[in-house]
Amino acid sequence: MSDTQLPQGDPKGQDSGVHPAHSGPTGAPTPMADRPDTASTDDQSSAHQVAEAAAQSSTEPKPVENEYDGADRETQPAPSHDVPESFNVTVIVRRYDPEVDDEPRWVDYDVQMYPTERILDALHRIKWEQDPSLAFRRSCAHGICGSDAMRINGKNRLACKALVKDFDISKPIYVEAIKGLPLEKDLIVNMEPFFDSYREIQPFLQAASKPEKERHQTIAQRERFDDTTKCILCAACTTSCPVFWTDGQYFGPAAIVNAHRFIFDSRDEASQVRLDILNDKEGVWRCRTTFNCTDACPRGIQVTKAIAEVKQALISGVKL
Amino acid sequence: MSETSSSLTLPDPAPQKTSFSGTLYRGNEGMWSWVLHRITGVAIYFFLLVHVLDTALIRVSPEAYNAVMATYKNPIMGLGETVLVGAVVLHALNGLRVIMVDVWPWATRNQRPLFWIVMGLVVVLMAYFVPNHLINVFSPMEGGH
Ligand code: HEM
Ligand code: SF4
Ligand code: FES
Repeated sequence: MSDTQLPQGDPKGQDSGVHPAHSGPTGAPTPMADRPDTASTDDQSSAHQVAEAAAQSSTEPKPVENEYDGADRETQPAPSHDVPESFNVTVIVRRYDPEVDDEPRWVDYDVQMYPTERILDALHRIKWEQDPSLAFRRSCAHGICGSDAMRINGKNRLACKALVKDFDISKPIYVEAIKGLPLEKDLIVNMEPFFDSYREIQPFLQAASKPEKERHQTIAQRERFDDTTKCILCAACTTSCPVFWTDGQYFGPAAIVNAHRFIFDSRDEASQVRLDILNDKEGVWRCRTTFNCTDACPRGIQVTKAIAEVKQALISGVKL
Repeated sequence: MSETSSSLTLPDPAPQKTSFSGTLYRGNEGMWSWVLHRITGVAIYFFLLVHVLDTALIRVSPEAYNAVMATYKNPIMGLGETVLVGAVVLHALNGLRVIMVDVWPWATRNQRPLFWIVMGLVVVLMAYFVPNHLINVFSPMEGGH
């Protein structure tokens, strides 16, 4: 970035350190560093006292006691922080247009990126500035909606949570669609098989009793399934599973996570129904504990642990 | 990390600086332990298949059995036996790890260190077995096998 784009004031690193609010508390060597007995806070408060004394000794009587003319206000602009440098990143995207391509193909893009940006920003830049035909899903852009799970450098993540600075940008960054679901276009897959499995485990509260007010639950009972309530249905886990890649019929971690969320809910009465569904040949017993799902989950859900708990519930009953 | 954490304090999986660049799915210990487990499991299966057949030969013709056994007594087969023992040791120890991971919550949480313990045990056991075995294979003692 050129200097003309810098906010006015100190160019990076040129701060003289005289600004009272900026010297001292950072712990950086300051003129006070040779006086360890003088805490930097003292130093600041003494600066305030000087300012107050100066205001009181003014010859002009102040008509209003509270009047504040802003004389002792900080007049310097806030110290500028280092302006991040942009750098060139090579992003290689696995493109596929069913109307043109027989096979997906890898396409290179050079993008200028800042370390604070994410892979999603790189995809935006490619789509907005280089090739508007690039197709991918995203909605919230902040890790909530779960639409932009993709395989980035061989690992499932949300593009909107994958920071560029966490990658080695001396090498290209590979971006491709999640694996195991039918590829529709570029980074978009058909999510229907995924949602079919989700629907099949009946992801809704089933309780016949009608309480007078609300259904009571203790903190401990709520805590029991708290982890699995966090799922955003991004499919990062299911499409990271080697079993799912080779056997698309497998329910997959996400469906089991959402079954877990109700199986271990003390208010729900259909745990056994869901357990019977997951006792299927394509159910929990397909899990080979590779922990790819746990590593991939952008919500930090302990997915393999949840699956293990469902397996245990099938063997020895639900322990709430 | 505690066993359960409130949804208000979402544990953000700490982003690890990654130097990997490529498209092969990059799993961690869990995935590679499973890959090794399946490779060794299938390898042991095919060994046993052959082994059952050659042992069954003794009921057909003891001479043929002895002839086949004689072909096994060479250094290449000796090295093969080393690999077989390594595969069995790895498969058995990791199999115990998989069982623990499935039934014991502590092991589910600590599958990663458990994997490295398994690898360490394999190295220790093989460090004991391999020199002894290779001395047997390469020393021209009669009756040794
Ligand atoms: C020495 C004792 C053994 C133990 C403790 C053991 C343990 C295990 C366990 C726990 C699994 C399940 C793995 C999983 O769910 O991911 C497994 C899978 C397997 N085992 Fe063994 N095993 C042993 C011996 C053998 C032998 C002798 C053979 C060969 C005939 C064999 C072949 C296999 C195969 C092919 C698999 C499937 C791998 C997979 O689905 O990922 N195992 N073993
Ligand atoms: S469990 Fe995690 S990875 Fe799987 S769908 Fe839910 S949020 Fe995504
Ligand atoms: S765009 Fe919503 S989760 Fe990434």
